Amino acid sequence: MSAVLEVKNLSFVYGKGTPFEKKAVDNLSLSVEKGEFIGVIGHTGSGKSTLVQMLNGLIKPSEGQVLLDGRDIWSEPKKIRQVRFRVGMVFQYPEYQLFEDTVYKDIAFGAANKGLTGAALDAAVRGAARFTGLRDDLLEKSPFDLSGGEKRRAAIAGVMAMEPEVLILDEPTAGLDPMGREILLSQIVNYHKERGNTILLVSHSMEDIARVADRILVMNHARLHAFDTTERVFAQGASLDAIGLRVPQVTRIMQLLRQRGVDVPESILTVDEALSVLSALLKKEGKIW
Amino acid sequence: MVRDVSFGQYFPGKSLLHRIDPRAKLLCFIAFVVVIFFTFNYASLGLIVAAMVFLVAVSGIAPKFYFKSLKVILVVVLITSVLNLFYGSGEAIWEWWILRLTWNGIHRAVFVTVRIICLILASSCLTFTTSPTELTDALERLMKPLAKIHFPVHEIAMMMSLALRFVPTLLEETDKLMQAQKARGADMESGGFFKRVRSLIPILIPLFVSAFRRAYDIATAMECRCYRGGSGRTRMKILHMSARDIIAMIATALLIGGVIVCNLLLASVI
Repeated sequence: MSAVLEVKNLSFVYGKGTPFEKKAVDNLSLSVEKGEFIGVIGHTGSGKSTLVQMLNGLIKPSEGQVLLDGRDIWSEPKKIRQVRFRVGMVFQYPEYQLFEDTVYKDIAFGAANKGLTGAALDAAVRGAARFTGLRDDLLEKSPFDLSGGEKRRAAIAGVMAMEPEVLILDEPTAGLDPMGREILLSQIVNYHKERGNTILLVSHSMEDIARVADRILVMNHARLHAFDTTERVFAQGASLDAIGLRVPQVTRIMQLLRQRGVDVPESILTVDEALSVLSALLKKEGKIW
Repeated sequence: MVRDVSFGQYFPGKSLLHRIDPRAKLLCFIAFVVVIFFTFNYASLGLIVAAMVFLVAVSGIAPKFYFKSLKVILVVVLITSVLNLFYGSGEAIWEWWILRLTWNGIHRAVFVTVRIICLILASSCLTFTTSPTELTDALERLMKPLAKIHFPVHEIAMMMSLALRFVPTLLEETDKLMQAQKARGADMESGGFFKRVRSLIPILIPLFVSAFRRAYDIATAMECRCYRGGSGRTRMKILHMSARDIIAMIATALLIGGVIVCNLLLASVI
């Protein structure tokens, strides 16, 4: 394993030299391994969005470096566009960025900018459409005729089609219905499994993060609060409570059971896990069989 | 960033200019702008400049923001002053090809430059110290007599305040869209004129779509609150004229008088 993204002493200050000056990211260092699935959590205004926008060069850090495969992305400012193809970024509510006359063309926009043409472009577009579950007949429609969820998936496909090595998703499931969330999340997981690339998922839903992330990056007041495996971060319920975040509901229930002396592991992350642990326990005690 | 534009912005504050009644301020502003264009010699121009400096000083806004608002029109000022420089009549003091420099032209250039700068500074003074709501309230109140001839005063004022309300929102949205399209590799910084115009399409189309969406939302929200035009509506904030406002208007009248006297007594240079 090698670090694909590395961040060294990164800081960003908004409105430098004005009365509105505000530190959004403060002296942050971390490194992300190739193929990892990282969950990014933190309060609104904790600096998550600023951090991820610096990772693909959309905003330039006030101090510090972002290294992609060991090279500072700002070493050649003229080539910053190349970085954006390698580190794909899906913003919040990405459906508002659709503009082409067909879904196909819109998905192809980024990939064509990257320089793909002909069969390679077609393969990239259809591949991305397949990952996000857009049927072939939708591709020839106008993006403005799609439903909300379909628009969202088309916009995400537009970034996936650039075949980035690192994909950053800023709250991709916000505002979708429970079914839509579930589907989109498993599509992202499948994409990650098949492509084996690196994913950073910013989310407010601890349940989503618990299900998919290998490691969790916790931001608090512009600083890195924690960056550790999902189990270990969610085992620290009290520490998360202190900064106004919470662990997934099922994890909390299991932690409370543990406090009352029930013999369950400290960090259960999903309902399925909890179910198997609890039924094993009940079987052992002979309450069910 | 698009948000760096300071022209037309409002800075909340408590300075003398902030506290003047918006109706009085608007009237004084209109009079001031008109009189800027009735300066024909350096004495009257000097009066205007002195008044302008005084206004900027008492507005309580850092001069930096005034410079920022001037930056936007720098090109316009340069072009018009250079054009005027060679457009004067009278005896040439320097001549080359079709360019003919005259004293009259130099005066014209100075006057047009100072006038435009004062115009922008005066409008900045007004918008920096008056909130959009106050401004449209004042406008609606001042135009009220026109309602007698079935001029839709309230509707126009409402449209204006809605439009002003959405300027920052749309700017922010433009910013977001630019970031999103840049993330998809849109190239907005290089290429020739046509390439650059074409590169705006991915920004403008979504921007228009969302502007329409917002317009429909606002219309629905207004109907939900039973909005049905201006007749019979009362106001939460009722404007009051005070001694301060009368003094401001008298000062403006004196300035106009001063400019007229200067024009009458001294010869005009342009």
